[in-house]
Amino acid sequence: MTVLDHRHLAAVPGWLPGATGPRSDPAPLLPDAAPVRVLGTPAVEKTDPELLRELYRRLVVGRRYNQQATTLTKQGRLAVYPASTGQEACQVAAALALREQDWLFPSYRDTLAVVARGVDPLEALTLLRGNAHTGYDPKATRTAPLCTPLATQAPHAVGLAHAARLAGDPVVALAMLGDGGTSEGDFHEALNFAAVLHAPVVFLVQNNGYAISVPLTQQSAAPTLAHKAVGYGIPGRLVDGNDAAAMHAVLTEAVERARSGGGPTLVEALTYRVEAHTNADDATRYREEGEVTAWAGHDPILLMERHLGAAGLLDEKLVRESAEEAEALAARMREEFHTDAVLDPMSLFAHVYAEPTPQLREQADQLAAELAAEAEVHNR
Amino acid sequence: MTTATPVRGARTSSMAQALNAALRDSMQADPTVHVLGEDVGQLGGVFRITDGLTRDFGADRCLDTPLAEAGILGTAVGMAMYGLRPVVEMQFDAFAYPAMEQLFSHVAKMRNRTAGRLPLPITIRIPYGGGIGGVEHHSDSSEAYYTHTPGLHVVTPATVADAYGLLRSSIASDDPVVFLEPKRLYWGKTEWDPAVPTEPIGKAVLRRTGRSAVLITYGPSLPVCLEAAEAAQAEGWDLAVLDLRSLVPFDEQTVCEVVRSLGRAVVVHEAGGFGGAGAEIAARVTEKCFHHLAAPVLRVTGFDIPFPPPMLEHHHLPGVDRILDAVARLQWED
Repeated sequence: MTVLDHRHLAAVPGWLPGATGPRSDPAPLLPDAAPVRVLGTPAVEKTDPELLRELYRRLVVGRRYNQQATTLTKQGRLAVYPASTGQEACQVAAALALREQDWLFPSYRDTLAVVARGVDPLEALTLLRGNAHTGYDPKATRTAPLCTPLATQAPHAVGLAHAARLAGDPVVALAMLGDGGTSEGDFHEALNFAAVLHAPVVFLVQNNGYAISVPLTQQSAAPTLAHKAVGYGIPGRLVDGNDAAAMHAVLTEAVERARSGGGPTLVEALTYRVEAHTNADDATRYREEGEVTAWAGHDPILLMERHLGAAGLLDEKLVRESAEEAEALAARMREEFHTDAVLDPMSLFAHVYAEPTPQLREQADQLAAELAAEAEVHNR
Repeated sequence: MTTATPVRGARTSSMAQALNAALRDSMQADPTVHVLGEDVGQLGGVFRITDGLTRDFGADRCLDTPLAEAGILGTAVGMAMYGLRPVVEMQFDAFAYPAMEQLFSHVAKMRNRTAGRLPLPITIRIPYGGGIGGVEHHSDSSEAYYTHTPGLHVVTPATVADAYGLLRSSIASDDPVVFLEPKRLYWGKTEWDPAVPTEPIGKAVLRRTGRSAVLITYGPSLPVCLEAAEAAQAEGWDLAVLDLRSLVPFDEQTVCEVVRSLGRAVVVHEAGGFGGAGAEIAARVTEKCFHHLAAPVLRVTGFDIPFPPPMLEHHHLPGVDRILDAVARLQWED
């Protein structure tokens, strides 16, 4: 029996049999009425205190990572950095919800999720520094390259999850997208494929309010982005993206649901992009300062601190060690980026094909000759 | 699950049947080979190239997908990342266009983006070209888009034996291959033996020797060129016909050897000439063989127009007469 044969299509009385009948009852597919919250609700009592402390530590380190990377762009040491400042809860939870064998498919704003997954923080930045496209080994780290085209990594997550399922491996793929990405065709095709193939995939949409300058109201007329799941026949979940405990709970549930054969889930995280789109963007042209200030009161670190403080879980040791880890990482970044990267121009031809074409061999010879001529002039 | 045993030995069959045999034998030989696309399963593809594969290998190995080309190719990327060798069918040439971002931004570049850590052994089968009376969006020759994209191999058979051999090689390749099937050659039958290996991808083959000039061509224009070479004998021209078989890698060495020995060349293809494969070939030949040329390298191509309605397509497609006119212009200095 094949994997596809395992699907049971629900027969609804009153419909003619055949290819056009409804597939399943839509009622259980409706999204949460309100964003799921854990911090500040009774649900937090059921959450492991050690997990909360771990999330706090990672939020603090993540915030520092975002700040230092942003500073490096101002110093010209990074070509560009799309900061996830304010979105650290989404980033950290996405990484922690996955097991080692699972795959993460990040977008260009998800460097912090890649780092939280365990990829070396400096190797994760090569694309944005400009010295190499993907500095880490995607296979070894089970982390796809940071994807700059919008939503195009989503079908990859589906295909990988599908292949893993065919192989009988308990692997889940998690694809990260922004609110703008939900307007792209690849987003829709990926959700549809995932649903039809019953692939073990989780789509995480970080709705941070803006696609560069265009606000969500001009991006989608849907009541929520989680609603988009309904049309594809999969569950959609709405969650407070700044509540790290809620993000962790909802994503873990979706991941384990996928792993146990429950199929794909779409999770919409309501969050806010504190920084501009990138260092090349001027956010004051399209949003009011008051909006940014208002969101500061709902900051992911603040929410976590408030809870941990009230519950007596925020001891001095945790605060100090988190801050020290954050500073050590920032110092390592400054140190590494202080010097220019040493690059081999001949590597341009190394990985275009398994074997270079005759034309590429010729062009490689041309570049080698140019480099030799330059070196000769330099040595003279 | 029943598994078909491939027929061995020489046989007479069409290109469509040879392609089916190549898919079947590849799937038999390598369990990681998976076929996917719209209508490839139960129907066996609209051209029946995937006929019987779902029956013989199961719906997981030959998968009927939703109708969405970016989704099909994007899903294949993920499958290849997990170790499979997907063979994707794009039903008609112009139907592949929604998948171009996946093709250009991911399929072609993944090896490069990941410094060789994630090669994508994907074969993308695209029936292409006119001559079958297809209405608009069913007859494009889009090879120039693919050849202009580094990271892709672009292969196009013109014979039944090559259809089998090149498709087997494409599926076995660790690089992504755009496999262009000349759909008007699907049904012509010849004898061939799958046990006899064809030349590798990247090697051009002289289909006819000659002493006066060479017609350089590929895919659907090969039979037209062979017919033109026959007809040209009456005019006193003894034409060689070179079948490129693969546009990337491009067999510059063989092309230049033939051109240098004959001094006169015409490049023939269906696609429009401006920015087309013929322009590239003519430029390269001129750069490398200038002193051996007795005449400019000429091109015989389709017009630079959107593919015309079927009742007018014969005016657009390069035929024997247009080739012979070009051959006459090769007199140049004579």
